[in-house]
Amino acid sequence: MAGADGDDSLYPIAVLIDELRNEDVQLRLNSIKKLSTIALALGVERTRTELLPFLTVLNVYFEYCLAVLSIIYTIYDEDEVLLALAEQLGNFTMLVGGPEYVHCLLPPLESLATVEETVVRDKAVESLRKISQEHSPVDLEVHFEPLVKRLASGDWFTSRTSACGLFSVCYPRVSSTVKAEIRQHFRTLCSDDTPMVRRAAASKLGEFAKVLELDYVKSDIISLFTALASDEQDSVRLLAVEACVSIATLLPQEDLESLVMPTLRQAAEDKSWRVRYMVADKFSELQKAVGPEITKNDLVPAFQNLLKDCEAEVRAAAANKVKEFCENLPEENREQIIMTHILPCVKELVSDTNQHVKSALASVIMGLSTILGKDNTIEHLLPLFLAQLKDECPEVRLNIISNLDCVNEVIGIRQLSQSLLPAIVELAEDAKWRVRLAIIEYMPLLAGQLPLTKSLCRVVVYAIREAATCNLMKLVEKFGAEWAQNTIVPKVLGMANDPNYLHRMTTLFCINALSEACGQDITTKQMLPVVLKMSNDQVANVRFNVAKSLQKIGPVLDSNALQTEVKPVLEKLATDTDMDVKYFAQEAISGTRFTLASLHISTKSDLPF
Amino acid sequence: MSSAATTSPSVDKVDGFSRKSVRKAKQKRSQSSSQFRAQGKPIELTPLPLLKDVPAPEQPELFLKKLQQCCTVFDFIDTLSDLKMKEYKRSTLNELVDYVTVSRGYLTEQAYPEVVKMVSHNIFRTLPPSDSNEFDPEEDEPTLEASWPHLQLVYEFFIRFLESQEFQPSIAKKYIDQKFVLQLLELFDSEDPRERDYLKTVLHRIYGKFLGLRAFIRKQINNIFLRFVYETEHFNGVAELLEILGSIINGFALPLKAEHKQFLVKVLIPLHTVRSLSLFHAQLAYCIVQFLEKDPTLTEPVIRGLLKFWPKTCSQKEVMFLGELEEILDVIEPTQFVKIQEPLFKQISRCVSSPHFQVAERALYYWNNEYIMSLIEENSSVILPIMFSSLYRISKEHWNPAIVALVYNVLKAFMEMNSTLFDELTATYKSDRQREKKKEKEREDLWKKLEDLELKRGLRNDGIIPT
Repeated sequence: MAGADGDDSLYPIAVLIDELRNEDVQLRLNSIKKLSTIALALGVERTRTELLPFLTVLNVYFEYCLAVLSIIYTIYDEDEVLLALAEQLGNFTMLVGGPEYVHCLLPPLESLATVEETVVRDKAVESLRKISQEHSPVDLEVHFEPLVKRLASGDWFTSRTSACGLFSVCYPRVSSTVKAEIRQHFRTLCSDDTPMVRRAAASKLGEFAKVLELDYVKSDIISLFTALASDEQDSVRLLAVEACVSIATLLPQEDLESLVMPTLRQAAEDKSWRVRYMVADKFSELQKAVGPEITKNDLVPAFQNLLKDCEAEVRAAAANKVKEFCENLPEENREQIIMTHILPCVKELVSDTNQHVKSALASVIMGLSTILGKDNTIEHLLPLFLAQLKDECPEVRLNIISNLDCVNEVIGIRQLSQSLLPAIVELAEDAKWRVRLAIIEYMPLLAGQLPLTKSLCRVVVYAIREAATCNLMKLVEKFGAEWAQNTIVPKVLGMANDPNYLHRMTTLFCINALSEACGQDITTKQMLPVVLKMSNDQVANVRFNVAKSLQKIGPVLDSNALQTEVKPVLEKLATDTDMDVKYFAQEAISGTRFTLASLHISTKSDLPF
Repeated sequence: MSSAATTSPSVDKVDGFSRKSVRKAKQKRSQSSSQFRAQGKPIELTPLPLLKDVPAPEQPELFLKKLQQCCTVFDFIDTLSDLKMKEYKRSTLNELVDYVTVSRGYLTEQAYPEVVKMVSHNIFRTLPPSDSNEFDPEEDEPTLEASWPHLQLVYEFFIRFLESQEFQPSIAKKYIDQKFVLQLLELFDSEDPRERDYLKTVLHRIYGKFLGLRAFIRKQINNIFLRFVYETEHFNGVAELLEILGSIINGFALPLKAEHKQFLVKVLIPLHTVRSLSLFHAQLAYCIVQFLEKDPTLTEPVIRGLLKFWPKTCSQKEVMFLGELEEILDVIEPTQFVKIQEPLFKQISRCVSSPHFQVAERALYYWNNEYIMSLIEENSSVILPIMFSSLYRISKEHWNPAIVALVYNVLKAFMEMNSTLFDELTATYKSDRQREKKKEKEREDLWKKLEDLELKRGLRNDGIIPT
């Protein structure tokens, strides 16, 4: 090939445009995704013929723009192709000659912003927002703002929807007359005939409010907000709730009561559960936005109502916020508010009829103990925890177990083990495997907090049965070899004689995990004999796992034991009738030699499952 | 007001693997609608005499009183509360249904607002959240409306009222207005198929009797569909609304207004993209064919639209598209067929070579359709070259013997239609394939060179070119 500067007639623009119009969608898509390559290829040609690199890039644009426009206008194209195009154009500023020429990208993006398919439209708006930042203030007024206006007064709802996302990016950098126009357009869209457009406007209301001058927030935004919040469609009203957060943050405290609160109160009691759900879901944000005084007077009763809502969906959303809401209450009367207003509702939710509500509560309720302190926790919260630990729904039990650590911090180990441990130990035998698994997963954590009691050992036994070897290792690391020798190892070794071969294999898996943590002494004296004995097992799976185990624990053993005890057994297994046993034995023989040199093998990667 | 929803009808499938069915069977759901209930207080209604037991002049007055009583809404989630009063309301509603059906002279002007008020109080409510998070109408049992014993009678009464000989739209239009219709349309999202069925009749009557509301109703249905397609993909009453539209389209005057054409192209066609198409495809296809029978010149945009949205991964939908296309071809005019045949048969050729045998089979069935066959025959010089290479290839390599057999029949038909062209295509088949391969290679080379170029230039002008 002649190279970049030699034979550029290879890439006449027609060929490239042909590629962009290829009949096969996939090929068309590929070429669109490589638009920058095409632009570049064209650029090289111009570099050669016209020498002025700057102009070259410009020319690239003109040729290129033609190509793009021809695609948009002549081909009824696949949305997927258009999506790729919309995305590419957002990164094209440098390829058309930098910020000075970036406005050239607007026409194709404008067309894309009117497309039916939401994904394409959204991407086009995203790209437009991106390149708006690269416009100079003048270009913004001359090129960008007119585009927004055209979109805002488009015939079909798609272009008006897209316009909603563009007001806030150009508003801060244009003159005050243009600003007034933009505000007017936004106002119009907020009362658009089509609910789709009103939804788009409502979802951008907060964002737009943030770039407006405070006076206009008070005069314009509030009236729009009030109107949208009482829209006939609940899908619009609920979006106004979201905007409420940003608007409330912008306003000075003394205006909140008169400008925002009537609407917010009304939303919290809306007849549609979707709106009330939204209020519950945004409660923490709203609380922060309106400040402590209003929270105390207004939000506390509103929150109580949401916790008692007749729709489970709403109660669950509110229950999820209990901890955050309480945390953010003004400190001086936090405890009093919680005890007299919130806790009674929480108590009722513990025995709610809907499991989603209960499990939402269970995931946060433990957090209350840090806020309420030791005495209140013991007196008021512990009974609730206990009730939830015994709840019929496994999800609820699970969520409680997963959050035990924060209670421990408040009431201390003694209280915890006295009051909750029995229930926890019971859960280790739960009928639902997920609950058992959660217990096992939290065991190292529990072990850190609970004293070594007999009941804990029972939990350990379950862990062994469930072959949770990874956790066993962590436990041994925590409590030391001696503890392991007394509690775990006997249980593990006991299972070597189990009639079920799967349990016998569990012994081997546990040994794999434990040997390193237990150290040479225990491994050689107690574990090795059992492993060696199992090499005579009648099930081949057990035998080849013996070979694997020997390889695994090899590094822990002293060389004497290796030579005199391990080697003969492995050699015997290497002549086994079973193919797999033979294979793993041979692996172990060669592996053991290597590991002697390399010292360490990660046990984790070889867990049984 | 109370109260929607649900005791899950635990018609359990015997499918041991479906976790949904297990969960549903276990959980006794009690769900209320979102209307705030007056909690705890028992409701007292003073029993009124039967209408037939009072002299005729007093009946209108009593009728109004009964309507007012029936505005009281009961909580059906609590199955034990207010049993007596629930029964009283039920029998009163029953009486009202009979009364509007047989009586004369009862419909005074004062009765209209009271009827509408009673109906509104009972049927308008925010629909409760769906039983399962992702309600799948194909898989899940619908959540039934708990207050149906009353609700059904209210719907029944309203329909009889609208159909009554004494009913005067000119008076009723003051009360059955845009706001009323909007709320009515929202109810079409109800999960309960019984309710949607009643709603269909109600809306149909309203559309028939209130000329002033027609454009508004169409526009709102438009909005519901657009939201369904582009925002939520969730609305339970699409099939019912399409059914109503089917009869509306039937009555459109010719030439079609731009509004109606826009509805076809921008709303009905995009409805094909929705995942749950199978739930309303029959009704949708009916609407489309209605449009084409009204105005055949719409055939080209419709077929191009279908081709644009042709399913890429869902074979089940592909079969539906092929079915709909055959319905369209059944009514297509030969002049329209010529306009669209090329892109159309490129798609059919792709379907015929689909590895999914049901798709291939459905496409090959076109050759059993006499009218389509006659169209193909007339245009065999265009269609045969498009179809030939796929047919030839499948006849050699499709895994399903039934498909191969069908393809042989099609090839045979083509051979009889135009044997000269057929022989020509057979002869050039190989060289065509080679040419295609060569072109493919050229393309690859071109792109490779372009990429090399980008690399070199990128190195040279580091910083200018974004990666």
